[in-house]
Amino acid sequence: MIEFHLDPQSGVSPYMQLVRQVRHALRLDMLREGDQLPTVKDVVAQLAINPNTVLKAYRELEHEGLVAARPGVGTFVTRTLADASLAALGPLRLDLRRWLAKARRAGLDEESIEALFLTTFRAEAEEEIA
Amino acid sequence: MTAVLRARGLGKRYRKHWALSDCTLDVPAGRVVGLVGPNGAGKTTLLNLASGQMAPTAGSIEVLGAQPAESPAQLARVGYVAQDTPTYSGLTVAEHLKLGARLNPSWDDALARDRIATLGLDPRRRAGRLSGGQRAQLALTVGIAKRPELLILDEPVAALDPLARREFMQALMEAAVEQRLSVVLSSHLVSDLERTCDYLIVLVDSRVQVAGDVDELLASHHRLTGPRRDPSRLPADQHVLTESHTDRQTSLIVRSDGPLHDPSWTVGRISLEDLVLAYMSRSGGAGARPALEALR
Amino acid sequence: MIWLTLRQFRVQAAIMGGALVALAALLALTGPGMADDYDRGIAACEAGGDCAVFTRQFFDDHQALYQTLVAALMCLPGAIGLFWGAPLITRELETGTHRLVWNQTITRTRWLVVKLGLVGLTATVSGALAGLMLSWWAGPLEKAGAEQFPRMTPLMFDSRGIVPLGYAMFGFVLGVTAGVLLRRTLTAMAVTLAVFVAVQLAVPAWIRPYYIPAKVTVTKMTSENIEGLMFTDRREVKVRLKQEPGIWELSSRTIDSSGRAVSSLPSSLATGACAPPTRAGNAANAKERCFSEITRLGYRQKLTFQPAGRFWPFQWIETGLFLVLSAALTAFCFYWTRRRVS
Repeated sequence: MIEFHLDPQSGVSPYMQLVRQVRHALRLDMLREGDQLPTVKDVVAQLAINPNTVLKAYRELEHEGLVAARPGVGTFVTRTLADASLAALGPLRLDLRRWLAKARRAGLDEESIEALFLTTFRAEAEEEIA
Repeated sequence: MTAVLRARGLGKRYRKHWALSDCTLDVPAGRVVGLVGPNGAGKTTLLNLASGQMAPTAGSIEVLGAQPAESPAQLARVGYVAQDTPTYSGLTVAEHLKLGARLNPSWDDALARDRIATLGLDPRRRAGRLSGGQRAQLALTVGIAKRPELLILDEPVAALDPLARREFMQALMEAAVEQRLSVVLSSHLVSDLERTCDYLIVLVDSRVQVAGDVDELLASHHRLTGPRRDPSRLPADQHVLTESHTDRQTSLIVRSDGPLHDPSWTVGRISLEDLVLAYMSRSGGAGARPALEALR
Repeated sequence: MIWLTLRQFRVQAAIMGGALVALAALLALTGPGMADDYDRGIAACEAGGDCAVFTRQFFDDHQALYQTLVAALMCLPGAIGLFWGAPLITRELETGTHRLVWNQTITRTRWLVVKLGLVGLTATVSGALAGLMLSWWAGPLEKAGAEQFPRMTPLMFDSRGIVPLGYAMFGFVLGVTAGVLLRRTLTAMAVTLAVFVAVQLAVPAWIRPYYIPAKVTVTKMTSENIEGLMFTDRREVKVRLKQEPGIWELSSRTIDSSGRAVSSLPSSLATGACAPPTRAGNAANAKERCFSEITRLGYRQKLTFQPAGRFWPFQWIETGLFLVLSAALTAFCFYWTRRRVS
């Protein structure tokens, strides 16, 4: 079972925080196929958040095919991200390591690397939206 | 879905002072609605009109498709937890439940007893000897156990400490899930509502400034920063809420229904609190605005 | 709603119940003994012929308790207004609990009907009980004091018969009305007290005398119907008429031959026809001479009064008046609570 928490300072909407926490748990193998997610009522009672937020998060996860709702019983994990993603991540991580080494050789410190990554990431995201 | 609250040109006047004017709203059912605004903005007036505690001076209001408090049946459908969560200080907790049972045909006694037990309240204790948080929980229990379709709460957590606030909101949200309640609650603090509400009404100076789905509101409001310029040259579908200028830079909060194309602006998200503050400060500066416009 | 009203009202009701039981006990303990004393005393004095001394003595003996009870009974409706009426709605408005109760499945009208009905009924019944008990107890005293304190006169009238019922209801509704209008319990209590006292003073002074047109008699003065002539220091001559027992005298004045009221008989009488007799044997003659002289000058005594036999009609009229007033105030309370209070 997973326990949710919310970070009000993150700037990420509460429903997205829930979605990410489930995905994260799936990647880290903390949630496995067949595990039950907390009921909407439990999440709401624990976090004092809007029930629609939880419903929206669970619908999103369902839409992604990660969980399935069984009426009257609860919401259950139907797929795990751990194996597939780790395998897929291996080559990417290798590339990133190479790139980081390159950046350090170019004289960038940690903050500059982070800023460079974020600005590029955002520019990319905006181009996609536009 | 039907509207849980529908107001048309609604207004309420006390002698010469309009506490609420020209309020037009359509609040969908099944939502947790936050009514936010500074003290004295007219929040209590709107909620009192909705619960049928008072009659409007102008316009009309419908709650769950009927006139508020027009009949016992309508009273049964709407729960109301008034400001400062009043309880009879001389009556015990158990007597409050008995009061609820006697006055409400739809009373759910098991639910009420369960809640009191969960809260750890001594049924023999007089309400006057409960802490503020416990009294609020008792008032909420009476409001919930009558099994309304809509629960209205007027500043329920204003007087509570942070822990009691959290516990109250947890109980409220739990009830909203369990009973599929529509909830309308007011606060002068956005932080009370940020997590809990999916629909927001901002009320300032007796007028509704903005009302809508929280996600849609957040998606349609942006913070624009860029080189200094005149905000009146923005496209027609972009409405400036606040503007501030330094000699080099201009930053704006705008409402825009369409996408923002101008590449010279850096576009940022704003939080719900920023959004509410923008509407509050805009209204506060209303007196100064015509002069500014004349200068342009 | 009935349960809630009774629950909220139980302390006041207990106090009132206690007070009524105490009153009943006091009256039951003293009443029969007093009635026996009276019967025995009357029997004894009638054998001797004149009962005036006995009745006066009897009345004086019990006066202290009697006056206290009359005063208490007159305060009762005011107290009901103050402590039941004024806080009834106002306390709810002050603590905000009206918002709690008005949002249960009960209309404001029904809430008010039950509250006003139950507490108002209790108030009225309490007033009626206290009034009837006192009337029963004071029977002998009424007879003994018929001349000094006839029951038609203001203080006695107010504490007797059925009017206490009307006062109690009025006091209660007055308190409620002041409460819903002012929305502050203490202020409402003060206003209730002031208005209630004002009404209690105004009604006997300006309204009650006119329920039924007063009887007027104009009589010649004779030695039989005049109790005495008073010669004041300012050489005025005043007349005091012997009264029929039990009437409520509204005014008694001397009029001259043209029918105009005069404040005094001519002072010449004091030295002339009505001068004090010089020798004791002439007393009766001197009196006759004096009155025939007064009659010859055309002076008569005009008496305006309500006869003793109108006691019950007046009781009904006054009770009716206060019930109508209470009904009007109740209607106003309903209007005001439904439209103006929130």
